Amino acid sequence: MIPQSFQYESPGSLSEAIAMLQQYGEDAKILSGGHSLIPMMKLRFATPEYLIDINGIPGLSFIKEENGILRIGALTREADLEHSDFLKKKFPIFSDATKLIADPQVRNMGTIGGNIAHGDAANDHPAVMLALNATIVATGPDGEREIPIDEFFFGFYMTALQHGEILTEIRIPVPPSGTGNAYYKMERKVGDYATAGVAVQITLDDNGVVTAAGIGLTNVNPVPLRAARSEQALIGKPLSEASINEAAQYASEDCNPSSDLRGSEEYKRSIVGTLVKRMIHQAVNRANN
Amino acid sequence: MLKQITVTVNGVQHTLEVEPRLLLVHMIREVLNLTGTHIGCDTSSCGACTILLDGKSIKSCTVLAVQANGKSITTIEGVAQNGELSPLQEGFKENHGLHCGFCTPGMILRATELLANNPNPTEEEIRWGIAGNLCRCTGYNNIVKAIQYAGAKMRGDELPSTEPEFV
Repeated sequence: MIPQSFQYESPGSLSEAIAMLQQYGEDAKILSGGHSLIPMMKLRFATPEYLIDINGIPGLSFIKEENGILRIGALTREADLEHSDFLKKKFPIFSDATKLIADPQVRNMGTIGGNIAHGDAANDHPAVMLALNATIVATGPDGEREIPIDEFFFGFYMTALQHGEILTEIRIPVPPSGTGNAYYKMERKVGDYATAGVAVQITLDDNGVVTAAGIGLTNVNPVPLRAARSEQALIGKPLSEASINEAAQYASEDCNPSSDLRGSEEYKRSIVGTLVKRMIHQAVNRANN
Repeated sequence: MLKQITVTVNGVQHTLEVEPRLLLVHMIREVLNLTGTHIGCDTSSCGACTILLDGKSIKSCTVLAVQANGKSITTIEGVAQNGELSPLQEGFKENHGLHCGFCTPGMILRATELLANNPNPTEEEIRWGIAGNLCRCTGYNNIVKAIQYAGAKMRGDELPSTEPEFV
């Protein structure tokens, strides 16, 4: 399968890329890792007239911590996230999630920025970003703006990114000690989208009281979903079997999965409940170690 | 509108005029006539089109030829050196790591990067490492053995037995 013809541009700087996006408007698409876009172009589901390849722009691929903020460049490949020793120490959730994304070859190309900017509720990073309370940085003609993750996903493949803007960075507050995070998705086979996926981050104080909780759900709602009631069920009290069960129950009630080849609605709700429990336990185990 | 690109394929530099929509796998197979790289699923699932792009294994059915501009490519034709099979090729041959052979070029290129990053992988690491390559003949067991054999050869360790196991 061969994509429809398009004009290819490979700008060497961010400002050049943004100028091109402004010039070409809605007829342009950004090429990052390309592993969501190129398959869609091959199927002719996407037929951009202009492709702006941002892979030649320096300074967009990095993983670093500055002033209590984890900063990840949008062009950072999934494979780099997967193998980052720094992330394994403080954010093992990235290793959890990335090793379940597609397969090694795809992870050598696919980028975190593309995964999020695609706006697909079936992708794995959005739920992780919700759990970690990330901020998305979009760079446009007027410079940078920060978009809280809860304001980023609008609808089916729709995000807060405007034409002329490029998702350039993800910023995540480094949580205090006593924090653990974890992600798992149920998939039928390698490379599949999640039947359901759950991302959890929990912070416990010295007395074992939950002071912060973030829970994001993958592929059980038209947009990536924060399990807000589940978070509230945990916060402000010591973790107990009862509060964990309550959180799981709320998540399975509040998601909106559709019945499809991956399972019935009822089945997916039960998977969500089970995974919420498991991920809370895993996050807490990591917090305690 | 044609784009001029320069790519180094198996050590040979080529300057080509290509359509931006030309897929890398089509450039390799149809422009350069290197037909050892196979197209299986054409949907970045099966791994038959796996090549090395600047040393990293990628699925060339889901990358544009223009994206390879200025980069270096290794295909299965470039794996043997001076007529000598690479350790992986030898491993596949000695361990019956192939039946029909369709997936083998992609398997070998993927395993090349795997062993470069992890010279002594566990069986589990090998199985996860080739998770993006489908084989419909072997049941994978002999492919795993072939990669273990190649790893041992590259490390200079004693070579594992190539006798078939009946389980």
